[in-house]
Amino acid sequence: MTRAAPANGHLAGAMEKPAAAGPHRSLWGDVWRQFRRHKGALTGLAVLGLVVAACTAGPWVYWHDPFASDLAARNLGMSLGHPFGTDNVGRDTLARVLIGGRISLAVGLAAMLLGVLIGTLVGVMSGFFKTLDGALMRLTDMFLALPLLPLLLVTIMLFRDSLRDMLGPEAGVFLMIVFVIGATSWMQTARVVRGEVLAVKAREFVVAAASIGTRRRNVVLRHILPNVMSPVMVSASLGVATAIITESALSFLGLGFPSDFPTWGRLLFDGQNAIELTPARVIWPGIMISVTVLSVNFIGDGLRDALDPKQRGR
Amino acid sequence: MARYLLRRTLAAIPTLLAISFVIFAILDLAPGDPTSSFPLSIPPEVREQYREALGFNDTFLVRYGKWLRQMTVDEPIALIEQSFGADAGSSRTRIQSWASRSPVMDTIAERLPQTLWVLGVSFLLGIAIAVPLGVVSAYRQYSLVDQLGTLASMVGYSVPTFFTGLVAIIVFSVWLGWFPSFYDTTHEVTDFASFVFQLRQMAMPVAVLALFNAAALSRFTRSSMLENLGEDYIRTARAKGVDERGVLLRHALRNSAIPIVTLIALQIPGIFAGAIITEQIFRINGLGQALISAINASDIPMVQTLTFIFAVLVVASNLLADVLYGLLDPRIRYE
Amino acid sequence: MLNRPGATRTTTALAFLLTLAACGGAPPGGAGSGAGQTATLLYWQAPTTLNPYMSGGEKESHAASLVIEPLAEYDENGELVPALAAGIPTLGNGGLSADLTAITWTLEPGVLWSDGTPLTADDVVFTWRYCTTPGGGCAQASHFEGVETVEALDAGTVRVTFDGPKPFPFGPFVSSLSPILQQAQFGECMGADAVQCSDENFRPVGTGPYRVVAFRTNDTVELERNPRYRGIDHGLPFFDEIVIKGGGDAAAAARSVLQLGEADYAWNLQVEPEILERMESRGSGHVVSAFSTSVEHLVLNQTNPDRALGELRSEYANGTNPHPFLTDPAVGRALSLAIDREALVTVGYGEGGRPTCNIWPAAPASRNNDECLEQDIGLANRLLDEAGIVDTDGDGIRERAGVPLRIVYQTSTNTVRQTTQELIKGWWAEIGVATELKNVDSSVFFGSDLASPDTYGKFYADIQMYTNMAAGRNAEAYLGQWRTDEIPGAANSFLGQNTGRFHSGELDALHSELQRTGDPEQRDALIVALNDLLVQSYSVIPLIYRGSVSAHGGDIQGIRMSAWDSELWNIETWTRSP
Repeated sequence: MTRAAPANGHLAGAMEKPAAAGPHRSLWGDVWRQFRRHKGALTGLAVLGLVVAACTAGPWVYWHDPFASDLAARNLGMSLGHPFGTDNVGRDTLARVLIGGRISLAVGLAAMLLGVLIGTLVGVMSGFFKTLDGALMRLTDMFLALPLLPLLLVTIMLFRDSLRDMLGPEAGVFLMIVFVIGATSWMQTARVVRGEVLAVKAREFVVAAASIGTRRRNVVLRHILPNVMSPVMVSASLGVATAIITESALSFLGLGFPSDFPTWGRLLFDGQNAIELTPARVIWPGIMISVTVLSVNFIGDGLRDALDPKQRGR
Repeated sequence: MARYLLRRTLAAIPTLLAISFVIFAILDLAPGDPTSSFPLSIPPEVREQYREALGFNDTFLVRYGKWLRQMTVDEPIALIEQSFGADAGSSRTRIQSWASRSPVMDTIAERLPQTLWVLGVSFLLGIAIAVPLGVVSAYRQYSLVDQLGTLASMVGYSVPTFFTGLVAIIVFSVWLGWFPSFYDTTHEVTDFASFVFQLRQMAMPVAVLALFNAAALSRFTRSSMLENLGEDYIRTARAKGVDERGVLLRHALRNSAIPIVTLIALQIPGIFAGAIITEQIFRINGLGQALISAINASDIPMVQTLTFIFAVLVVASNLLADVLYGLLDPRIRYE
Repeated sequence: MLNRPGATRTTTALAFLLTLAACGGAPPGGAGSGAGQTATLLYWQAPTTLNPYMSGGEKESHAASLVIEPLAEYDENGELVPALAAGIPTLGNGGLSADLTAITWTLEPGVLWSDGTPLTADDVVFTWRYCTTPGGGCAQASHFEGVETVEALDAGTVRVTFDGPKPFPFGPFVSSLSPILQQAQFGECMGADAVQCSDENFRPVGTGPYRVVAFRTNDTVELERNPRYRGIDHGLPFFDEIVIKGGGDAAAAARSVLQLGEADYAWNLQVEPEILERMESRGSGHVVSAFSTSVEHLVLNQTNPDRALGELRSEYANGTNPHPFLTDPAVGRALSLAIDREALVTVGYGEGGRPTCNIWPAAPASRNNDECLEQDIGLANRLLDEAGIVDTDGDGIRERAGVPLRIVYQTSTNTVRQTTQELIKGWWAEIGVATELKNVDSSVFFGSDLASPDTYGKFYADIQMYTNMAAGRNAEAYLGQWRTDEIPGAANSFLGQNTGRFHSGELDALHSELQRTGDPEQRDALIVALNDLLVQSYSVIPLIYRGSVSAHGGDIQGIRMSAWDSELWNIETWTRSP
């Protein structure tokens, strides 16, 4: 059967695939293209990749043990044998920076995931279910009004030991810090998501989906969530930066990870008195924190620009 | 507007009560002990009596009730008494610090000026740097100033203050000797020389903090200005023949000011969070340092009261932000 | 008529010069007069009150010692020196009663409080009442333990009567921890009212070389010369003003005094030794240290802390719950020999520590235990082999009667302690002992929370480490900690000092004898015997004889640092060389 020639040439174009439109362009392809234009974001991505690779693979490859003390090699400066020098019991600083990076990055990622998860959940429920909106928003306000740093300090001081007893030293402390940072950083995401959900909810395609009887669960999962992803992603990337800085700040105040955990913040804390004797102990962890956070912030900036439809394609 | 204010203030009260309860509950689970820093030559029975005298062994509800009553009734009375020089003996029931066995609010009042001096000045300085920088960056988007400014503010935002503070102390205090390494909280400005000294001892913490504040704020100012500079009314203004300065300052900045000012108001609680770290680094004996040493000494009443005061500040600044927003934006009318 | 540009230049020059002059501060005083001289003392953990009865901390008693004084104090050698008393009472001069139940103090005549009123025996009696009135929670109550009554025989004589013979009667009113308070000032502050008197606690009236100008808790103390001080006629004190500043940390304080010369004295410098050395070499300040009785030691749990025992965990239970291997002296001795104490001192303590093998390190110091001063891994391994404690299953860990030597070793959170733990763990691994390290926040570890399982009183671990010290020279009270009746347990809410749950009838008997013996030579012999008994049971392993480390500016003279009492005990004799 031959196709009947469409009455309206205009409509023909709409119903058939355009013949010479070039390669298939998807949404994420566009985003990536725009992201690539942001030079800072690209550099940030490269640097972050480098840091993650170094901290993940480094400890396996590097020959010094970050936990082995060597009393004969105390307080050495930077040299070929010890590229970042040693600390006051002879442990190699580079090894400790690399393994510390693992923990700092893991905490940053995990805390961010927790915060984003809670925030998205609260935001979606709040925006979608009118009945829950008031209560959830009051809860968000209350959390926003809690003075975070004091509470973080106190909570950590209080529960560090009992959690460590319950779950073992490493897991206990890690979980506690991740939980504490995640539980106090979800509010911004919740507010933003709620706003987006309210906006999307009013759009025609959602109304249409609801009108044909789509179950509410599917409306949320298939229609609303994909459309609120962009602010969530931006939030997530900035959340990593905040989480890393918060963990470092807590460790710096002596209230984060204990001394057997060489996170970057902890290394700064341990090394601050020796800053004149062995400055490398302080400079390198500080640089690592700054560079990682800077890269993440640039990536977040790039993502924000790329996901903003008004900026894309300009 | 007045009704709105009243309504919001009244609504804030249950929030504050809930917060104080949460804070108290968390602290009550404290396994800490105010006698733990005493030398071990003091026998356990003596420590037990000491704790007893502090009220450490009372139940949770008793202690919460006492604290609430002291906070809402006794402390305001004491404040009025002190302002007017009267003395009705209400020191009897004031909130006592377990570390110093003296009223918590007295210590807070002593330290408030220290914190406000350094952090207030750095906050204002940060604004003074950020807003012009953001405006110029937005106006000359993608120019060298913009690129450099963006880079500087990104770096300033990402490098943690405790790192820059540490390095600053070593470079400027120890190696160069330009600034004292010890902050003198009792220093009084009585003449030019003491004023110069005060400036010298404030220079480093203010610089470190101001740069950090400026970094965050300038990015926001820039994006807000950019949004406004793209609007139609700017084009109209130019078409009408308004000079560039007028366009920038009278039209774009005024409209951008609204979100900027509200952001500034929302950052006020951040002052006191920043205080905690900065005062540790620069050895300033302000409220942040009081909180840290109270936590370390398990001085629960001090921690509770300070945390509660920070919470009040957060709620108050949120309220201020909303009010300012309403005042500045003629499109918004509160009922 | 002044030329305009000239006038401007002159004015500018004048202003510049004036500013310079103002910036220069007060002109230096004439030699020996101390005119206009201020000494700045850095107590980085700042005093929170000036009444040592209200707080147990050392810093409070140091700061207070500038203002209020006791009847007698300890000098740098731990010898008693009279302060407000005319002399030290002894059996010879009749100050001590023959049956050792009473001590009579005679006050120095003509001593005035800083408000002009005379010091009388009534003030002394009042001080006893002040600290022993219930409800006050007096932190120094242990100084008045065993006191039956204190009475004023006349305006200048006080007699303290004990409820039994007390060979060591120098508890009450001796040392900066038990100063004399003015009855007129503190009269309304008895018992539960004590805590309301924050004005009095912060600005006590005293007889000392200085009086309080301003006090900010946990921040600064400003003091000026007391014009009614009894040493004024001798030109004491030298300094017009003293400022005690708090805040920051030990390293900052050390740097301030040693390197930058910004302050004159810094207390309690718990800083890594190499850093302190470096600072000292770069400036004109000096590090000083003094030793008294502090010993950082390991306590070996004599009971079984196994979690599976439930409520019986770490309970003494009349000796029916012994530890599977730490009660064996061979194990304890091997553990002690494996430790390189010199290395611990080098890494963590520097001038502030010496290796020690005695739990009572001061005079009379025992010489019977010095084998532990040198690390000897070979001997340790041989000892364990000979005792039949060998590794039977090839996992590198020795077993004793089937129980592997696995140790949980806990202490408070503190960088030096953590480093010590890690080093010791390494050495014990070389003798076939596996160690798990644990550290607990000090406010929890040294606290009394019944709900927390991590207190040193509960001791739910095999070995714990902390520093113990005596109050002044009171060896009797100190060594009494290891008596059987001091064992903490669920029955006494874990309020006992014998955390290792050590039981020895011989020790109890020896200690009771010490409490009855008055002859100094016999006392010394008993003290050495008690020390040896404890150390050779290997239920405690002494590690480091810890001293206090402080620093002072190069131009400060007259410091005789005492770890037995306030470090500022002789501040009236400090001077600054021109």
